[in-house]
Amino acid sequence: MNVIERTVANVTTWFNDRTPGLMPAYKKHMSEYYAPKNFNLWYYFGSLAMLVLVNQIVTGIFLTMNFKPSAAEAFASVEYIMRDVEGGWLIRYMHSTGASLFFVVVYLHMFRAMLYGSYQKPRELVWILGMLIFLTLMAEAFLGYVLPWGQMSYWGAQVIINLFGAIPVVGPELTEWIRGDYLVSDATLNRFFALHVIALPLVILLLVVLHLGALHEVGSNNPEGVDIKKVKDENGKPKDGIPFHPYYTVKDLFGVGFFLTIAAFILFFIPELGGLFLEYDNFIPTDPMVTPAHIKPVWYFTPYYAMLRAIPSFLGTQVWGVMVMGGAVLILFGLPWFDRCKVKSIRYRPMLHKVLISLFVIAFVTLAWLGMQSGSPVQTWTARGLTLFYFAFFLTMPFWSTWGQTKAVPDRVPDHD
Amino acid sequence: MTNSSAFLKTLVASAILFAGAASAAGGGVEMESAQVDISNKGSLQRGAALYMNYCSACHSLGYQRYSRMAEDIGLSEAQVTENLMFSDAKFGETMNTGMDAKKAEAWFGKAPPDLSLIARRKAEGADWVYSYLKSFYVDESRPMGWNNAVFPGASMPHVLWELQGSQHVLTEPKHEGGHCPKGEANGQCITGFSIPEHKKGSLSPEEYDQVARDLTTFLAYVGEPAASKRESIGVWAVLFLALFTLLAYFLKQEYWRDVH
Repeated sequence: MNVIERTVANVTTWFNDRTPGLMPAYKKHMSEYYAPKNFNLWYYFGSLAMLVLVNQIVTGIFLTMNFKPSAAEAFASVEYIMRDVEGGWLIRYMHSTGASLFFVVVYLHMFRAMLYGSYQKPRELVWILGMLIFLTLMAEAFLGYVLPWGQMSYWGAQVIINLFGAIPVVGPELTEWIRGDYLVSDATLNRFFALHVIALPLVILLLVVLHLGALHEVGSNNPEGVDIKKVKDENGKPKDGIPFHPYYTVKDLFGVGFFLTIAAFILFFIPELGGLFLEYDNFIPTDPMVTPAHIKPVWYFTPYYAMLRAIPSFLGTQVWGVMVMGGAVLILFGLPWFDRCKVKSIRYRPMLHKVLISLFVIAFVTLAWLGMQSGSPVQTWTARGLTLFYFAFFLTMPFWSTWGQTKAVPDRVPDHD
Repeated sequence: MTNSSAFLKTLVASAILFAGAASAAGGGVEMESAQVDISNKGSLQRGAALYMNYCSACHSLGYQRYSRMAEDIGLSEAQVTENLMFSDAKFGETMNTGMDAKKAEAWFGKAPPDLSLIARRKAEGADWVYSYLKSFYVDESRPMGWNNAVFPGASMPHVLWELQGSQHVLTEPKHEGGHCPKGEANGQCITGFSIPEHKKGSLSPEEYDQVARDLTTFLAYVGEPAASKRESIGVWAVLFLALFTLLAYFLKQEYWRDVH
């Protein structure tokens, strides 16, 4: 052993003597976590979500160094960051682009689970924890969007908080409690800042640890839906599994590079992405006296916003739209129990399943588009039809997921992609 | 936009068109392309001079500092303080107006807005500013005697009329339920403008277009002072990441050689 090797060995021993749990944990989650060897493109989005989370936290820390969470100063402090803080524009764009890409990555990650039945037994808890991350992320994104205190921040906050007002009996008091005032104001901005930078990031980090912990207990699914633990070698290692590190760390490094290239392209050349990532109205400071002609949330909320608007108020209350919107998110929690198909992966499912999942994607994307529109009668009726389909897709899944002839799932994974 | 990134701009045109279609679907007035080049220092300097002479008395640039502007558009502190600063502001301060907002509201009906982000607050961006500057026309029914085809009912008089001359609007009857691509005046569609012989400005139409373009360029720059730097760094950042991705791919292939 040369000097360097000896030093490394000594340091490792020093730590192992003092934290005996460290090496086993590293082995369990990295060097001896056996993942199926046939992960495809869809399996990059989990690690990418981690990457974006780290990006949001790091850039967020730097933003808080110059951001002023007060109604009088917030907008100007963001412009100060954009103009006068050295590299401030880069940090801010990394945070704003990162926010949208977080949802791109998370939506694709969730869709991957739908394609390959990853939420099925025994991974129900992994799915539930993932859904909790998604839910917290939505709240985190909404709170963060209010902070720059532009017109869309203010009026978006107004609309979203008022949704709670539709809840019978406690609604009005509840909205007051959320705002900390009779209207969206300095008090609201200040508490949203606290929740955005401390409370929810802590919750998300905890949930991510639990999500990964739960996953590593049961092991990863794969595009074939094959259980790799069924076929093991003489050492008890899955024959179709490979250690996460170095195989998937190095593969994910490639995914990270590819993703960052696209992210950098957006960030450096089209940071507003035509008003999708940064809305034009949010370059106007908050003005409680002037309502924007067209209040709409950022693109990642528009499918649910379209459903909210599609439901008319009756019996003198708008609570139905709020229930439909909330239900559209919450119904996803039930996916592991709605799907009663005996195979996991779409590859072995009947044509009917492929068609319905395709239609679901089309419906979801169309709803996202409709949520950005002003809402003509034709658009409203389209949104109603698609909302009905969205719910029917999940609620009738216990039936249609058992129909049709599934293909036989092999015991082993074919050669990796 | 720097030349080096012009081709990248073209690549993303489809993405912008897709996103822009959603916001432009409302059917407003068609904008004239400003053909802004924020890397053109000459245009920026002329625009800054025009802005300080014609606009700064009423409109603040409340988020932009004189020092930031000087550094970015290639002027020295002395050049700015001697030629472009008409108030007793300090070089490191923001470019505020001396006009009292309360009085301004009484005079114009609405205090002149801050223009720091005027080129970013609409989907049309800088083209809106350019079209606005070119679309003032005489309208005796308005308090100031001026109206604007791009922004009907604007409180602002045409401060550049000595340069452009006094435009009069040409109209044709509006079709039932029809759309006026160049805007409306008195319920009719605007087809264009004419400047009567005795109301001509000191500049030719081409020269005035350049004035409007320089001002627009300056305001586009003020909207995002880092934009030039962003795009020039961006080329290298994307190239670096693309190379990194390629190397990471080869590394992955090497590690995965024993996986079958």
